[in-house]
Amino acid sequence: MGLPPSSSPTGLRRAASQSSSDNKVTVHFVNRDGEKITAKGSPGDSLLDLVINEDLDFDGFGACEGTLACSTCHLVFSEEVYEKLGPVTDEEMDMLDLAYGLTDTSRLGCQVCLTRALEGMEARVPESVADIRQTQDITMGMTMK
Amino acid sequence: SEVEGWIWGRRLGVITRSASSAAHQKVCVVGGGPAGFYTAQHLLKDVQVDIYERLPVPFGLVRFGVAPDHPEVKNVISTFTQTAHHARCCYYGNVNVGTDVSVEELREAYHAVVLSYGAEGNRSMGVPGEDLEGVYPAKDFVGWYNGLPSNRELNPGLDCETAVILGQGNVALDVARILLSPIDELKKTDITQRSLDALAQSQVRRVLIVGRRGPLQIAGTIKELREMVNLPDTKPEMVASEFEGMAEALKVIPRPRKRLTELMLKTAVDPPAEKERQRRQAASRSWGLRFLRSPLEVLAGPDGARVAGIRLAVNRLEGTGDGSVAVPTGEVETMDCGLVITSIGYKSLPIDPAVPFDPRKAIVPNSLGRVQQAAGLYCSGWLKTGPVGVIATTMNNSFDTAHSVVEDLTSGCLDATSAKPGSTGIGPLLDKRGVKPVSFSDWEKINQEERRRGAAQGKPREKLLDVEEMLKTWTV
Repeated sequence: MGLPPSSSPTGLRRAASQSSSDNKVTVHFVNRDGEKITAKGSPGDSLLDLVINEDLDFDGFGACEGTLACSTCHLVFSEEVYEKLGPVTDEEMDMLDLAYGLTDTSRLGCQVCLTRALEGMEARVPESVADIRQTQDITMGMTMK
Repeated sequence: SEVEGWIWGRRLGVITRSASSAAHQKVCVVGGGPAGFYTAQHLLKDVQVDIYERLPVPFGLVRFGVAPDHPEVKNVISTFTQTAHHARCCYYGNVNVGTDVSVEELREAYHAVVLSYGAEGNRSMGVPGEDLEGVYPAKDFVGWYNGLPSNRELNPGLDCETAVILGQGNVALDVARILLSPIDELKKTDITQRSLDALAQSQVRRVLIVGRRGPLQIAGTIKELREMVNLPDTKPEMVASEFEGMAEALKVIPRPRKRLTELMLKTAVDPPAEKERQRRQAASRSWGLRFLRSPLEVLAGPDGARVAGIRLAVNRLEGTGDGSVAVPTGEVETMDCGLVITSIGYKSLPIDPAVPFDPRKAIVPNSLGRVQQAAGLYCSGWLKTGPVGVIATTMNNSFDTAHSVVEDLTSGCLDATSAKPGSTGIGPLLDKRGVKPVSFSDWEKINQEERRRGAAQGKPREKLLDVEEMLKTWTV
């Protein structure tokens, strides 16, 4: 990797060369309890694919199986990472608008695909409902679709 | 008795453990819709769960409420199916809790009972003429095109030009869309053949969706509104003056409401691009939103029996945003129409006198899903919060209730140490009463039959409309 052996820990070099030979992208999820869960996916996989393939236990995640018919794969990113995630379609925004705890750096996991540039990214799984007093959505009194 | 229970269990192809050897605590869930299944999903991590459902077929509003042209929303069924296949889960369809077995009997047989039977009633307008021919609650209209057995014979009259829908939530938008969708689109869905044939003959060309308050209070969401804007062969018919002042309001509202309002404004006020202008000109059908109107009376035509119009009070808004209230101005207006659909809310009904019920809010009074003054009794889904929310809302609400149940079982708040018979206690009761429960694998046979019939028509399924037919299918 171009690094002199004496100045870098062997583990790091090994991990770096592993990553390039595996062609995998590492993602750090932060679950609703604040725990960090690391998983690896292939470029082109969506974050929902990753959660399913790695059997990550996020309650109720991905209810509609990635078809833009719900907002349960809602993830929150840092601004820096958000900028790298690519454009959001109107269709995704329409469903994202229904997500509890929507932020300016929110995306639906089923629409975010892994690229090498996202290596080491962090994705936070937000609370789905903070408080029963807020089950009546504050902006929309939604009825059954 | 133990032997009876075991034999009953065998007949259903499920070996039930005898009461004395039960390793797990037993919970029963009343209602096999999304609330019931999501509650069960969470409970199964710790306990044995039996789901009782009134109809032979499961899934509640996912099957009977979600629009036929929204099949992706029904993908949750694979999760529910997984839940039903769990070793500790048992589904009992065709069991009517309240008549076939009482909630008290369930409470004796299980460590905890969760009521998840949703909202099967309608809010009514409470105005004269509501009982005229041609006036239908949206829930019944939706049940009709979705194959709910009790709405099978609705036969709504569709031989008029204008339909008025009261209410502007997603159910109202679904109804408008189904009324105006090209038949070629609908015929690829799981809409019932009977309603498809009726819609193919429909003369309805214009649908007005009427709300009490203003554009900023509309309860529908952007996806459904966008579907109306993009509906082939239709054009929007809005009243631009109803949107005065909206542009200003846009500056200070949260993004979801802002985008929805922007879409309405664009559709109602902005001059369309040339291509869109031509599309609208060529359209044979129209739809529109009307605001600040409350129903006063449904008017009959010359025969005195069928609807011919609706008289509406003109309102103004007091306050702003979500908390604003519609206040009548004294002005009145009449709209001609031959079909009125009231989409002003579903409503839960009490099914058993032993269950506390708040008639004003039409819910079972509870705190975090724990029914007040009824230890061991819980509720989830719309019965808990009122009939508002999408599947994900119900999912979270059900997980919360399951959490309360498990917390109480673990803390000793509920007596979970003494053994309970569970289904080995209920089974013989049902047998004595001539009730034949339908198992999940029986449902899978019904499912297969529906899919087979649908395939013949190029549809995902052709739903069985008759409970008797459903019961016959699985015994073949």
